[in-house]
Amino acid sequence: MADVQRRLSNGAQRIDFAADPARYRHWKLKFDGDVATLLMDVDEKGGLFEGYDLKLNSYDLGVDIELADALTRLRFEHPEVKVLILRSGKPRVFCAGANIRMLASSTHADKVNFCKFTNETRNSIEDASENSNRPTICVVTGACAGGGYELALAADHIILTDDGSSTVALPELPLLAVLPGTGGLTRVTDKRKVRRDHADVFCTTEEGIKGKRAVEWRLVDEVVPNSKLEDVVKTRAREFAKKSNRPADLKGIALTPLQRKFAADSVEYGSVAVSFDRKARIATVILRGPKSPPPATAADMTSQGAEFWPLKLARELDDAVLDIRANELDIAVIVFKSEGEGEQVLAYDKFLDTNRDHWLAREIRLLWKRVLKRIDLTSRSLVAIVEPGSCFAGTLAEIVLAADRSYMLIGKRDGGNRPPAAIALADINFGAYPMPNGLSRLQSRFLGEAPALDAARKVIGTMLDAVTAEKLGLVTFAYDDIDWDDEIRIFLEERASFSPDSLTGMEANLRFGGPETMESKIFARLTAWQNWIFQRPNSVGEEGALRRYGTGQKPVFDTKRV
Amino acid sequence: MEIMNVDYSTRIPNNVGLTEDARVLKALETWHPGYLDWWRDMGPEGFQESLVYLRTAVSVDPKGWAKFDYVRMPEYRWGILLAPAEANRKVPFGQHYGEPAWQEVPGEHRAMLRRLVVIQGDTEPASVEQQRHLGKTAPSLYDMRNLFQVNVEEGRHLWAMVYLLQKYFGRDGREESEGLLSRRSGSTDKPRMLGAFNEETPDWLSFFMFTFFTDRDGKMQLESLAQSGFDPLSRTCRFMLTEEAHHMFVGETGIGRTIQRTCEAMQAAGVPDPNDIERVRKLGVIDLPTIQKKLNLHYSLSLDLFGSEVSTNAANAFNAGLKGRFQETKIEDDHRLENSTYPVLKFVDGKIKRVDEPALTALNMRLRDDYTGDCGKGVERWNKIIEKTGVQARLELPHVAFHRQIGEFRDIHATPHGELLDAASWQKRKDEFLPSKADGDFIAALMKPVSELGKFAGWISPPKVGIDNKPGDFEYVKIAA
Repeated sequence: MADVQRRLSNGAQRIDFAADPARYRHWKLKFDGDVATLLMDVDEKGGLFEGYDLKLNSYDLGVDIELADALTRLRFEHPEVKVLILRSGKPRVFCAGANIRMLASSTHADKVNFCKFTNETRNSIEDASENSNRPTICVVTGACAGGGYELALAADHIILTDDGSSTVALPELPLLAVLPGTGGLTRVTDKRKVRRDHADVFCTTEEGIKGKRAVEWRLVDEVVPNSKLEDVVKTRAREFAKKSNRPADLKGIALTPLQRKFAADSVEYGSVAVSFDRKARIATVILRGPKSPPPATAADMTSQGAEFWPLKLARELDDAVLDIRANELDIAVIVFKSEGEGEQVLAYDKFLDTNRDHWLAREIRLLWKRVLKRIDLTSRSLVAIVEPGSCFAGTLAEIVLAADRSYMLIGKRDGGNRPPAAIALADINFGAYPMPNGLSRLQSRFLGEAPALDAARKVIGTMLDAVTAEKLGLVTFAYDDIDWDDEIRIFLEERASFSPDSLTGMEANLRFGGPETMESKIFARLTAWQNWIFQRPNSVGEEGALRRYGTGQKPVFDTKRV
Repeated sequence: MEIMNVDYSTRIPNNVGLTEDARVLKALETWHPGYLDWWRDMGPEGFQESLVYLRTAVSVDPKGWAKFDYVRMPEYRWGILLAPAEANRKVPFGQHYGEPAWQEVPGEHRAMLRRLVVIQGDTEPASVEQQRHLGKTAPSLYDMRNLFQVNVEEGRHLWAMVYLLQKYFGRDGREESEGLLSRRSGSTDKPRMLGAFNEETPDWLSFFMFTFFTDRDGKMQLESLAQSGFDPLSRTCRFMLTEEAHHMFVGETGIGRTIQRTCEAMQAAGVPDPNDIERVRKLGVIDLPTIQKKLNLHYSLSLDLFGSEVSTNAANAFNAGLKGRFQETKIEDDHRLENSTYPVLKFVDGKIKRVDEPALTALNMRLRDDYTGDCGKGVERWNKIIEKTGVQARLELPHVAFHRQIGEFRDIHATPHGELLDAASWQKRKDEFLPSKADGDFIAALMKPVSELGKFAGWISPPKVGIDNKPGDFEYVKIAA
């Protein structure tokens, strides 16, 4: 298919991942004490790109950007919420899934980025339940198909109305010749533990499954007649709220709008600065350390709110990574650098560790965990450059560990007066930020080297110079000033010369060594199977199912099994 | 196999050789008691023991299929009746155009076909449920008999769809057959599948409007299913159409007789202005503006039944050879529609515009246009009635953008003439266009039963001829005490 760049319907040049509840077009948040309700009510004419209508609560990236924003805001602005109810704001339809016309007209890169972001958002729903004790109940009224059911699958409890016509379905295969791309198959088997032959029937039955059978097959948790639905929803919300150990009467902080300045070759945030060398296909992301020591108390942290350095940096970094992913497709390498004092970063980590049971400190660490995972899952070569004046310590050391390669300068720069580069580890590097495979980045790094992990633990809190860091295996190479510029230039030029596809494949394979989790399986299978199918003529060819959808004409398949 | 006569040797009359088809016969016999329970619970209320002068099919020969006699409705011989098979019938449209018609369900289209049958099937018992209270306010025994005839035939149409489900769709088909008996019109918990079939039919004018407009949608759907490449569905629908014609006759003449009575009363009393509602109503007849409002309501609800103007489902069903166009075989084109377009009324940039859409996806629009044409003819015949009495008034179909819940115009408000209104003006003016509560109360007040032989309620004229050519004072229903 023609991979023609499409036009954003708002006339903008870049896809913007920042959202503002006052301008939501697709979601409504309602609060009733400790229960929040998130209503999906997609504005049909509110598509992110031109050329399709979002009928029947179908969604595109724009809808999901708002969803991700709402979920993040719930965590920071409404800590008093103990249970989230997810439901449709439209009669007779829950959600028809990803918009097919949008998918059919999407470039491959758009499809991949869309599915990836959607998956990350679904995972954050599960993370809120698992780590913030704020479960989600999904109330399905009307048709709930494809991505709609995948959204429901992210909830802890699915209630389906038993009105004789409301169904749950994964119709991707029979209808579109693709797969449920946002974890549907994996969650059906691994989370819901649906028997595999039942799952086979379910995933090949376009109209889906309703009523009692949906419960018997574990596709939903309960079916309830319409007349009792609201009572049951209330009861379940109370039950789940009772189980949550979140304290009552918490007051949230405001996630104030990100301050961003876009220029031709740069984006300036405040704690993050991004610059693009488009000719060399490099994006450089500079992370700035804190300007002042951490506050004395948790209450002070709360009053700093969104300006509290770790939170501000996490939000800005998240936005920067998403912006590069979606809007800078030709960038081959993301180079991470940092500026600041490592000791200060460690002081903030210590502060967060000390206050780890405070709701805000917990949410900030969980946000960092998700941002770091987002970096792990970014299909660009990731490089950390550790130079004099940098502050890759504690939480920021995770960036070095997340990189495919890291380079550290030995000693001072010729003529420079900054102190030699140093990195430092903190307790936080040993479990607070697991990767999608469930391991810390250090564990993933030293899969076969238990002594190396122990050695790393012994140097917690110590500022490590380049030679020591290399010896401990914390950076790839340490070079002195004589070799530094050439080695880095040659590496970056080489990297940009390789096939982008094979790099994406290799890097993803190497980043996630060790065990699988449901999360790692979801992303791996999206990448391996769905993205394979997304390239095949049976779905995206001129006569393929995705292209022919909606025309009434039947797809023509290449019948050879591969 | 060409069976014209109906086999009454089994408990289920049929012309499909049920005696030799033990599996399906058993399935239907298993379903039968549940059906009778449904009929007793949800069929015409208060008249189950009455003897009704009904026609029963004895042959599917177009000339001689009906036999009239008194029968208690629960004992009506519901059965399975297919129109005669056409020798060497071919799939008349879609990607399989010209291939032999299927006698068995093609696996790849099974789900879609089942859905079509279930949706059609769901409307049949729904209307019986909607109309179950009307017997108590019948304006005459003649009308009461027509109501019951319509009801038993809707029941038979349910049988027709259930036969297809039981014979061709295995266990799923049996489950769907049960579902058809368990949903209830207007129920919160188990509503019927389509919106219009969950609306009330509160009075006889609504009933006539329903049989004229909504049953005519049924006719159009049956017409397009009668074209199906799945031959058993085609034959079933062809026979159902012969029965459906009577339902529309009931609707058209019912409204016609109401109009007739209104106009005659106006002339007799010297009330020339049809908009002088108060004076007209004092005559004990239904004023023409209220009839227009009822017409507006039922026409717009029925348009919704055609689904979205641009529809992938309709395109798929056509391309698969399952659901054709109205009078498909009489249309002169390639019957594939892969490269042609059809004009569709859409709401574009705040205006109602005609836009060419691929003909395949515009099939709902096309069928709806055919429907509108069909409705228009009936409205003209009513206007002739008004004209003949000398009253100066006309009835008309409202604009397709008026009062819609489904399709292009569902988010806007428009007058019956298609002028756009904002939400506030709509709220203020909607009682001008649609029956208000007061209108409903007035009609309800007129709904006094009349069961004397040959007598009619004051708001409706007698028919020109009786059913089965019976005289005016014939006892169409022997009401059980």
